[in-house]
Amino acid sequence: MEFVFTEEQAMIAETVKGFFAEHATSERTRKAMAADGIDRDLWSAFCAELGLAGIGIAEELGGAGLGMVELAIVAEAAGSQVAALPLLGQAMAAQAIAAGGSAAQQGEWLSKLVSGEAIAVCAGAEALNVADGKLSGSASFVTHGGVADLFVLGSGDSAWLVRADAPGVSVTAHTTMDQTRPMATVTLAGAAGEALADGAAALAAARQAGWVIAAAEGLGVAQASLERTVAYAKERVQFGRPIGSFQAYKHRLADMMIEIEQARSAVYWAACAVDEQSDEATIALHSAKSFAADTAFMCAGNMIQLHGGIGFTWEHDAHLYFKRARALQSMLGAGDWHREQVATMILGEAA
Amino acid sequence: MKLGFSAAEEEFRAECADWLQGQMAGEFKDIKGITTLTAKAERRKEWEQQLAAHKWSCIGWPEKWGGRNATLAQQVIFAEEYARAGVPGRVNHIGIELAGPTILAFGTEEQKQRFLPGIAAGQTIFCQGFSEPGAGSDLASVRTKGRLENGEWVVNGQKIWTSLAHISDWIFVVTRTEEGSKGPKGLSFLMMDVKQPGIEIRGIKQINGDAEFNETFFTDARCPEDSMIGAVGQGWQIAMGLLAFERGVSTLGQQMAFRNELDEIIAAAKANGQAKNPLIRQRIAKAEIGLRLMRYGALRMLSNTDHSKIDGAALTYKIQWATWRRGLGELAMDVLGQAGELAHGSEYEWDVLPNLFLFSRSDTIYGGTNQIQRNLIAERGLGMPREPRGDL
Repeated sequence: MEFVFTEEQAMIAETVKGFFAEHATSERTRKAMAADGIDRDLWSAFCAELGLAGIGIAEELGGAGLGMVELAIVAEAAGSQVAALPLLGQAMAAQAIAAGGSAAQQGEWLSKLVSGEAIAVCAGAEALNVADGKLSGSASFVTHGGVADLFVLGSGDSAWLVRADAPGVSVTAHTTMDQTRPMATVTLAGAAGEALADGAAALAAARQAGWVIAAAEGLGVAQASLERTVAYAKERVQFGRPIGSFQAYKHRLADMMIEIEQARSAVYWAACAVDEQSDEATIALHSAKSFAADTAFMCAGNMIQLHGGIGFTWEHDAHLYFKRARALQSMLGAGDWHREQVATMILGEAA
Repeated sequence: MKLGFSAAEEEFRAECADWLQGQMAGEFKDIKGITTLTAKAERRKEWEQQLAAHKWSCIGWPEKWGGRNATLAQQVIFAEEYARAGVPGRVNHIGIELAGPTILAFGTEEQKQRFLPGIAAGQTIFCQGFSEPGAGSDLASVRTKGRLENGEWVVNGQKIWTSLAHISDWIFVVTRTEEGSKGPKGLSFLMMDVKQPGIEIRGIKQINGDAEFNETFFTDARCPEDSMIGAVGQGWQIAMGLLAFERGVSTLGQQMAFRNELDEIIAAAKANGQAKNPLIRQRIAKAEIGLRLMRYGALRMLSNTDHSKIDGAALTYKIQWATWRRGLGELAMDVLGQAGELAHGSEYEWDVLPNLFLFSRSDTIYGGTNQIQRNLIAERGLGMPREPRGDL
């Protein structure tokens, strides 16, 4: 038992933190927000130069090896800069293909996803009808769906690969509150789909990775919200003193830190439990996703309040964090749903 | 990053569990499951000695002083199995977790020889003389005076909230030994025999009807000159060093006691149908998550060996568990409903859950109130300006 980063993990953390701080600047993120929600230079540096999209995918499958802890480290750093990247969908899709794809499917897609040559996203399909390998139905709230080349769509225990350019696939991109992760609706009308060899395994792996990433991003959002507010509290003077010297103010900062420390325990407990295939992995994932997303929202909301008027402006970055935090709360199962899963584990089914 | 325990550690766990459960099923059956701090004090002193006789009293201490030099993982395991077996809290918690480590860290060889064997053997029960009527949150404004007279320290003043003083043998006392000094300067740290004419102890009845706290009066109370830990005027540093030990491995044992409390709530909710109430389900899930995160926060804090940086997990730990447990008490009463407000007999005595509800109001006060904790977190953890001192 040693619940701290190894030297290698600490090094990865430092590297990715530096990478996002330098490249995922507010200016570049805002450019991506005004376009399709991806900073393509950032994404290609992320995939090709640093090889970060391969984290959590076995080396023999063309990935970089390592596990959920390292993936969480990367997602935390991305979240702390609200980077405009298709990281979440890509990782979920890659995990699905690695865990449930045939050798041919893995061979065809994983190296493209790891290199960034193709963008993929994983989503749940509604009212999916399958006839002769042709799929009809739709998928809603597909993050970065408007720019994806490949969809991994889940339905029950089956998962399907659908190319965005296949006949019968139409994608409607939506103006989305969080412009760093715009959503789309994907409609299938007799579109060609290829079933993954083991759909259940694919979707389970995707879900696990999705919850870890969402939780870790939430942690990054929360920590950055606190750090930026702390900096402001030191420089902003009212009533002849720095506003951070008022207890009404600094106690709210303390409350943020108290939640963040728990969120940090939650994220790395969950990531580590998945890596170690611990019995606790399921409860850890539900805990981490619900707790860290709520922490992100609490901290980002406080960032707006504690900045006063400037925090409400478009110009200030507070709203980027606030909107990302809100999106994290709703996606991949809302907090109440995750907590109900925990309740079921300890209390049994509700009536 | 690694959460699992090795095979050897799991073997150690089995050994701990086996011995502790055996004791609670056998010779010490009568103290199993006690959750108040004062019940059956004499039997629990015997339990301290039983622990010592089997070298389980202070496993993290060096072997030379009665410990096992246990690794962190082993201490974690023992603390967890201790509470899991339903063993009541240590009546000598303060001796084992606070006085002993303080003497080990700051005491002279002679002081170690004088005090450590008795603490390790469960013979010397300690209590803590820090707070005073005028020095609560503002601990540095201690007024109890110590003066040197014919090779003895002579102490006059009053301490308050002295937990378990009435069953203790020794007390460590923060005294003002420099006449006219103010704040943290001029304080010294003395070890004093409680059983002397100059020390008088009066119980303070608490809101749950129990009397675990005391007022302790010092009227020309005495101790030999060499009973001071550290040098004259170093009392504040020693006291702060001691408080850092409070966040040690024992927190994990405390968490297992919390686990038992939450399990009682879960059982009560299943029994009375509240387990089907969606709002209660959400709150029980939140409590469960909070408890798990407390465990992993403690493991992060204990695993951290880099003391050059602020350890956020350690700094936020007190307010986190205290607030969680106060909420647990409220959840307990919401689950129990009016049944929770009825005592069994005519005495003002409470079952575990109503007692938890009442007692946990103190958790967010003692050892630094939530408000003081927030100041500490904001000032030490986040670098906010310090609260200005008034001059009243």
